[in-house]
Amino acid sequence: MIFTNFKRIARTGFVNFWRNGFLSFAAIVVLTISLLSFGSIIFVGAFGRALIADVKEKVDINVYFTLGAPEQDILAVQADLKRLPEVASTTYISNDQVLVDFKKKWQDNTLIMQGLDEIGNNPFPATLNVKAKDPGQYASITQYLQNKNPSMSDGTPLIEKVNYEQNKLIIDRLSTIIPAVEKAGTILGVIMIFVAIIVVFNTIRLIVYTSKDEISVMKLVGASNIYVRGPLIVSGIMYGVISGLIAILCMAAFAYWSDAVILRFAGVEIASNFELVVNVLSRYFIDNFGQIFSIIMGTGILLGGLSSYIAAKRYLKV
Amino acid sequence: MIYYDKVSKVYPDKSIALDGVSFGVEPKEFVTIVGHSGAGKTTLMKMLIAEDRPTEGAVFLESVDIHRLSKRQVSKLRRRIGTVFQDYRLLPNKTVYENIAFAMEATGKTDSEISADVPHVLELVDLGHKIWNFPRELSGGERQRVAIARAIVTQPDIVIADEPTGNLDPTNTYEIIRILQKINELGTTVLLTTHNKGVVDTVGGRVITMEKGKVIRDDKSGKYIL
Repeated sequence: MIFTNFKRIARTGFVNFWRNGFLSFAAIVVLTISLLSFGSIIFVGAFGRALIADVKEKVDINVYFTLGAPEQDILAVQADLKRLPEVASTTYISNDQVLVDFKKKWQDNTLIMQGLDEIGNNPFPATLNVKAKDPGQYASITQYLQNKNPSMSDGTPLIEKVNYEQNKLIIDRLSTIIPAVEKAGTILGVIMIFVAIIVVFNTIRLIVYTSKDEISVMKLVGASNIYVRGPLIVSGIMYGVISGLIAILCMAAFAYWSDAVILRFAGVEIASNFELVVNVLSRYFIDNFGQIFSIIMGTGILLGGLSSYIAAKRYLKV
Repeated sequence: MIYYDKVSKVYPDKSIALDGVSFGVEPKEFVTIVGHSGAGKTTLMKMLIAEDRPTEGAVFLESVDIHRLSKRQVSKLRRRIGTVFQDYRLLPNKTVYENIAFAMEATGKTDSEISADVPHVLELVDLGHKIWNFPRELSGGERQRVAIARAIVTQPDIVIADEPTGNLDPTNTYEIIRILQKINELGTTVLLTTHNKGVVDTVGGRVITMEKGKVIRDDKSGKYIL
């Protein structure tokens, strides 16, 4: 009996979905747009996180050592820094390496190369590149080095300078902007989700409203509530499934074609400057397909089904 | 079988639809309720299927107070009563077959019973050839016959028909009344409301006359007197 009822409810739901062609179409359009706004929140979040990660990656400080500083002293400083919890990574570049890099970079510029020859010996200091886990932590790392002020055996300071002061402005700005952007994104996302839910609910409520006479007739011939409401919920779930599929297809297409477009839109001429951001959406979409699929589908089904369930309630009182 | 016990209905705007109505209906009776529009006939019918509640008094079906039933029991009660409305109230998105099958599905009949009974009952109301049409493709008389088929297909104990001929021409009216009489002969209690003199005279049988929410006459074998 339960199986028969279930079969009948499902069949009626399917048939109603098909016969109410235009209404079903309207519901699917609205639901698809809402799901796409969910999708865009997911994408904007992923893109934003990648962008922020990229920028964070680019921020660093260089510690320049005094010319002729012995390598083991520098390595000792590096080992010291590595022990700090704020430090994500350190890279030691010997003065020979700096010279090689410099020559390679300016090999086509004869003027600079001539100047370098004139000096004769290596004018470049050894450098320690330091990356913090969070941009806000560079100040304390710099502070730490200044307090420690390691020196060579003859008393000359080991560290020539730390370029924190030059980078301070951008580092400070980033460490305030990034959390603000993340917060604003979350708030905006919540508002959009809220609006989408309201719009979908009202659309489905209107659709159920058009069948209010039908609901009362069904009740008057003795149909139980579940028997009247069931097909409406089935139709609602179908709106959800179809809209979910369309939304996921749109998202896939967008992820596939968008990355280059977004970068151009953001005014980035050479995509390789932002290597972390290139293909971020398509990679994100593929890596998290299961999760995205279940979020979009689940939301669609839940919104469609639940809206129908709630909307039918008031007309069942007959 | 049915007993109205001092039933009154006052709507929120203070208009009185029923004023202390009491009468009983025996099994297999054919009762015609007549009266002008607004006399309270429709309200009386609505009480029987718990579509409306009395302000005072009670309606009993086999000594059960209808308005004390739970929602689930009300659904079960409605499956024992076939209802025919003046405005047909067919489901516009369902075919004739589905409209009738729906009432059977609601009462929990099996698919094989449905596929056997629906064509049969449509033959009974002479609509076998319109089984796959939608209600909008039918004439008024045909729609009302579908509504009757829906009301009787579950073999209810009682059929109530509220002004079933209100929108029909004389030929169709006669046709509908003939079907209701046939149902009654097969053992179903029929309650019919009308303000059509011709209908009352055709039916014969018991006639209850209402005016301004009160029963003013109850004749065993009545004529239309107003």
